[in-house]
Amino acid sequence: MAKKIRVLMAKPGLDGHDRGAKVVARALRDAGMEVIYTGLRQTPEDIVEAAIQEDVDAIGLSSLSGAHMALFPEVVKLLKKRGAGDIVVVAGGIIPDDDVPRLAKAGIKAVFGPGTPLADIVAFFRSAAK
Amino acid sequence: MDTRFHSEQPGVAVDVVRPDELDAVEKRLRRWEGTTLRDSLKKQPESRETFVTTSSAPIDRLYTPLDLRGKDPAETLGVPGEFPYTRGIHPTMYRGRLWTMRMFSGYGSAEDTNRRFKYLIDHGETGLSVAFDMPTLYGYDTDEPEAKGEFGTCGVAVSSLRDMEVLFHGIDIGAVSTSMTINSPASVIWAMYLANAEGRGVPWSGLRGTIQNDILKEYQAQKEWIFPPEPSMRLVVDTFEFGSKEVPQWNTISISGYHIREAGATAVQELAFTLANGFEYVRWGIDRGLRIDDFAPRLSFFFNAHNDLFEEVAKYRAARRIWAREMRDTFGAKNPRSWLLRFHSQTAGVSLTAQQPEVNIVRTAVQALAAVLGGTQSLHTNSYDEAYQVPNEKAVRIALRTQQILAHESGVANTVDPLGGSYFVEALTDRMEKEAYDYFDRIQALGGVIPAIRKGFFQQEIANSAYRYQKEIEDKERVIVGVNEFVVDEPSEVEPLRVTKEMLERQVRRIQKLRKDRDAKKHRKALDALAKACEGDANTMPFILDAVRAGATLGEICDVMREVFGVWEEPLLY
Repeated sequence: MAKKIRVLMAKPGLDGHDRGAKVVARALRDAGMEVIYTGLRQTPEDIVEAAIQEDVDAIGLSSLSGAHMALFPEVVKLLKKRGAGDIVVVAGGIIPDDDVPRLAKAGIKAVFGPGTPLADIVAFFRSAAK
Repeated sequence: MDTRFHSEQPGVAVDVVRPDELDAVEKRLRRWEGTTLRDSLKKQPESRETFVTTSSAPIDRLYTPLDLRGKDPAETLGVPGEFPYTRGIHPTMYRGRLWTMRMFSGYGSAEDTNRRFKYLIDHGETGLSVAFDMPTLYGYDTDEPEAKGEFGTCGVAVSSLRDMEVLFHGIDIGAVSTSMTINSPASVIWAMYLANAEGRGVPWSGLRGTIQNDILKEYQAQKEWIFPPEPSMRLVVDTFEFGSKEVPQWNTISISGYHIREAGATAVQELAFTLANGFEYVRWGIDRGLRIDDFAPRLSFFFNAHNDLFEEVAKYRAARRIWAREMRDTFGAKNPRSWLLRFHSQTAGVSLTAQQPEVNIVRTAVQALAAVLGGTQSLHTNSYDEAYQVPNEKAVRIALRTQQILAHESGVANTVDPLGGSYFVEALTDRMEKEAYDYFDRIQALGGVIPAIRKGFFQQEIANSAYRYQKEIEDKERVIVGVNEFVVDEPSEVEPLRVTKEMLERQVRRIQKLRKDRDAKKHRKALDALAKACEGDANTMPFILDAVRAGATLGEICDVMREVFGVWEEPLLY
C-alpha cells in the first residue's frame, strides 16, 4: 500500500479566519491524507519546525488578512535553509492577483483563491506529493 | 414601569384560529392533496426531493394554519413594543425612526480611516463603526514583531490615545454613536475613547456607542482571543459595572452571532450559541453582585443577515422572544428594558464571491432586506469588493445606497413586522426557537458555555456545518451563482485599495514620538498599579484609564495583562 501523503495545514500570522483552512484540512483527510493542523498564530519558524518534525510532504498556508507577502515567502526560505526544500508549499486565502506571480517566484507552488473547488485542491496535493 | 403582559390585556388584535375552523382547513387540505396537488405533481414533478434553507434545514411545500395548531398568537406574538417582542421592540418600529445605517470601516492609519468616516457621514451614514486591524485586535502595537505584515489591512491600527484622537478628529463624538469591534482588549480601546472624550470636554454621560467585548464567541468562532476565559470574563464584567455607573448610555457588549455564522454555523447554531453566551454574561454579572436591571438594559446583540430571507427573519424574531422570556422568567429581570433584544446586523461577508463581484450588490440587498424585515436596530451592508479587500470608496457608497433604497423607496419600512402572521414565518420561528432550546440543553449537559468551549463543542459543531456547506457546493446540491453555476471566464475587476508604506511609517512615527514624549515615571507607575489591580479583584477600568492617560500603549497594557492572566491556548480540531 502506498504511503499516506502527509500535509501540514498552517495559519501564519495573526489572522483568525480558520474556516477555509479547516474545510480544506478535512477534505484532504477525507481524501486519505494525514493532515496535521497547526492552529492559529504561527510564525514561519513554528511552521517550518512543525513540518520537519512531522515529516510532511506538503504545507498549506492560509491567510485572509493581507499578511501573506510578509509571511509566506519566509516559510519557503526557512525550509531551504533547514535542508527541507523538497516540501511543497501552497497557499490559500485572499491573495490579490498581483501577488500571485510574486508568490510563485518566491517558491509557492500554487495559490488557491476563494471559490476553488475542493477537488482541485485535493488533486494538486496528490500530484505534488508524488 | 411597564410590566403588563400581553395576555392580560383586552382587545388583542390577532384572532386565534378556532379548533373547528382548523378541522375545516385540514379537510380542505387533504382534499387538495388528493386532487389538485396530485394531478399537478403528475404533470410536473417537483425539481428535487427536499428543499432546504441556507442552513440545510428542510422546508415544506406549503404552510397553513395547521402548522400553528396549539399556539396562541396573543402569547407568542403579542404586539410590538411589548413582551415577548416577537414583532419588534418598538411599538412603531421604522415609522418612528429608521434603523441606524452604520458602515463598518477601517484601514491603514487613523488619518486614513478618519477620512473614510467623514466620507460616509457626508453620504448619509447615521452611525460610526470602527474596524481595527489584526495587531490591535490581539493587543499589539504596530511596531511590535507580532504585527509584521498585518498593519492596517483588515482595519485601522490604534495603538494609543494619540491614534484615537486622530481617528475622531473633527467628528462630533457627543452626537454620533460609535460602535467598536474590539474584544479581548475592549476595555483598553474603550478607555482610549473615553479619555479622548475627556480631553475634548465631552461628558461621558452623553456618549453613545457600543464595544463588541464579546469574548465567548472569540473562543468559539472569531478567534481573536488573548487571555483564558475566566480573566477575560472578569474584564467584561468590569466594563458592565463601570459603564452602568459612568457611561450609562453606552452598550458595554454586543453579543455576537455574526462571527459564529461566518465561521460556518447554521442559523439555528448562530441563534442558540449567541443566546447561550448572552445568558452566560448575565450569570457572571449577577455573580459579581450587580443588579440585573442595572446592566441588562445595556446588553446588545449582533446577528448575521445571510442569504435565506425567511430563515433570517425567523431567526431574529425567535431571538427576541427567547431573550425576553429568559430574562423575565429565568433571571427575574423586572425592568422591561432588560427584556429587549436590541440588535445590529451585517450582511454575510462569507456569501460574497470573488467571481463576478458586482453580483454581490444583489446578494447584499436581499440580505439587508431580511435584516429590515426582521426588525434590526442598525445595519451594515457589505460592499461588493469585500471578498478581496476592505472596500474602496465607490463600493462602500453603493452598499450604503442599498440601505437607503430599502428605507426610502421599497416601502418595507412602512409597517411593523410585515411578515408577522405568515404561516411559514411563524412556523419557522417556532421551530428555530425549539431547536435553540435543544442546544441550550446540550450546552448545559456539557457543564455550561465555558466548559463546552474547553471541550471544543462549539468549534466542532461550527466546523461540521462549514464542511457540510462546502460539500453541498462541491456536489452542486447548492448553487452559488458565478461560482459553481452561471460561471463566466473573465477577470474580476476590482479597484484595489492598498495599504502603503507611508501609512505604516506615519503610524510607527506617532508611537515612537509618544514613547519619547511621555512622563516615564508616571507611565511606569500607572502600569504597576494596573498590574496590582489585575492581580487583585478591583475593577480594572479606572486603572486602564489611568494608564491610557499616562501614555501607555495598547501593547504595553495588554502585556501587563498577559503577564498576570496568561494566554489562552485553543483545542486544535478541524
